[in-house]
Amino acid sequence: MSLRVLASGALTTVQDLGRPGLAHLGVPRAGALDRPAAALANRLVGNAADAAVLEVTLGGLVVTTDAGAWVAVTGAVCPVDVDGAPRGHARPEWLAAGSRLSIGTTSSGVRSYLAVGGGIAVAPVLGSRATDTLAWVGPPRVEPGTRLPVGPVLGRPAPHDTPRPPRAGALRVHPGPRADWFAPHALTTLCGSTYEVGSASNRIGLRLQGPPLERVRHDELPSEGMVLGAVQVPPDGQPVVFLADHPPTGGYPVLAVVEEADLWQCAQVRPGETVRFTRA
Amino acid sequence: MGAVDATGQTGPVHLRPVGPRALLADVADASEALALATWARTVGIAAADVVPAARTVLLDGLTAEAADDLRARLAHWSPQSPVDAPEADPGPVVEVPVVYDGVDLALVADRWGTDVEGVVARHTGTAFTAAFCGFAPGFAYLAGLPEELAVPRLDSPRAAVPAGAVALAGPWCGVYPTASPGGWRLLGRTDAVLWDAERERPALLAPGTRVRFVRA
Repeated sequence: MSLRVLASGALTTVQDLGRPGLAHLGVPRAGALDRPAAALANRLVGNAADAAVLEVTLGGLVVTTDAGAWVAVTGAVCPVDVDGAPRGHARPEWLAAGSRLSIGTTSSGVRSYLAVGGGIAVAPVLGSRATDTLAWVGPPRVEPGTRLPVGPVLGRPAPHDTPRPPRAGALRVHPGPRADWFAPHALTTLCGSTYEVGSASNRIGLRLQGPPLERVRHDELPSEGMVLGAVQVPPDGQPVVFLADHPPTGGYPVLAVVEEADLWQCAQVRPGETVRFTRA
Repeated sequence: MGAVDATGQTGPVHLRPVGPRALLADVADASEALALATWARTVGIAAADVVPAARTVLLDGLTAEAADDLRARLAHWSPQSPVDAPEADPGPVVEVPVVYDGVDLALVADRWGTDVEGVVARHTGTAFTAAFCGFAPGFAYLAGLPEELAVPRLDSPRAAVPAGAVALAGPWCGVYPTASPGGWRLLGRTDAVLWDAERERPALLAPGTRVRFVRA
């Protein structure tokens, strides 16, 4: 079976758990930005954790199906309807053959996830179906007219999955690896201030605006390997939190690293909203 | 030589924590970084990613046990540590055919105190090694030129450099795998395919690969 895409909103991509292990070749890891939401969508329709889903930015996805399938929409809150009739968010819904699923404009958060029983079965690239938006390794972005094959159904939907949703809060950070490039109070500034999400934020990084993080070393840092969640600080002192499509190497010092379990929040904060940091 | 401290003494490689699951090893230069990364892969350090760079190696995706294992084994490591495994075999030399018609040839010749023929002779006569990748999938930083032949980057990058452009920046040589903006000095171009995700070895010039440029 397959889905046919009628509308794809601001950005819709195929995502799974990503392709770690290729950073030494210059390949970003990619993968769903809000991992708990993508995992929940897969569980709700009975998929394995590594099944590919659609990551929808700010809503606007419309698909039809040529065969019946279980679907679930999770993540950013948005109206879900099938042929105009409202359906639930974060619960399995049956999409009959020939019907049309619409994901409306998100009312809070940024990224919603659509899982289909059997998983999105586009051809994997280097072992993963994730789309990296930095170098565009992986399947192309989903556009109107795209036909997305769906894999064989291997599990049953799980309508009673009611995990406690992860609680939003300050992003926990671990100091280093280049804390010595910053003034001693830089980490205190980071953890004691409110940072506003910049409009240039994307799957590569969350760009923040707030009290600058003062450096004491101004020489050039030779490029070095970067991790998911790295808080990189360019010369203007405004931090960038590296997300799934971050460049594998970078030349600005990293003051701290955000706890991986907290990174889902970076997928859901909107430009103009704020984030806070706290020491792990 | 291991890492050199302020007193000039060699000692164990310094490891910086990068969050709870990664360590960044400080080394002297790119060739030590490549040696350490090759060692870590060969002896089976359980890291999801081993990323050599100019003066560091990132070991990412480490469990606490793997990090302890790395610390213990690294205490005995030196860049000369023999690596006895087939993966350590540097393999064949990759030949990259180049048409030397880059717009910066004259500038490089001037910096090097020679003429265009002299640049080509030096470039084709140098044994390069892919030290690490960055910037784009399959973009390798090729070491081999001495520091005194370093050339400055453009102050402001060109909006478009074509795929296959062979270029210099600092002491590095690189080949653009795809068309992109770029600030390196252009020597010429190659038809070699630097990156193909469908190939068994997607990056033609993966770290550790030995490279020779030849006239096309």
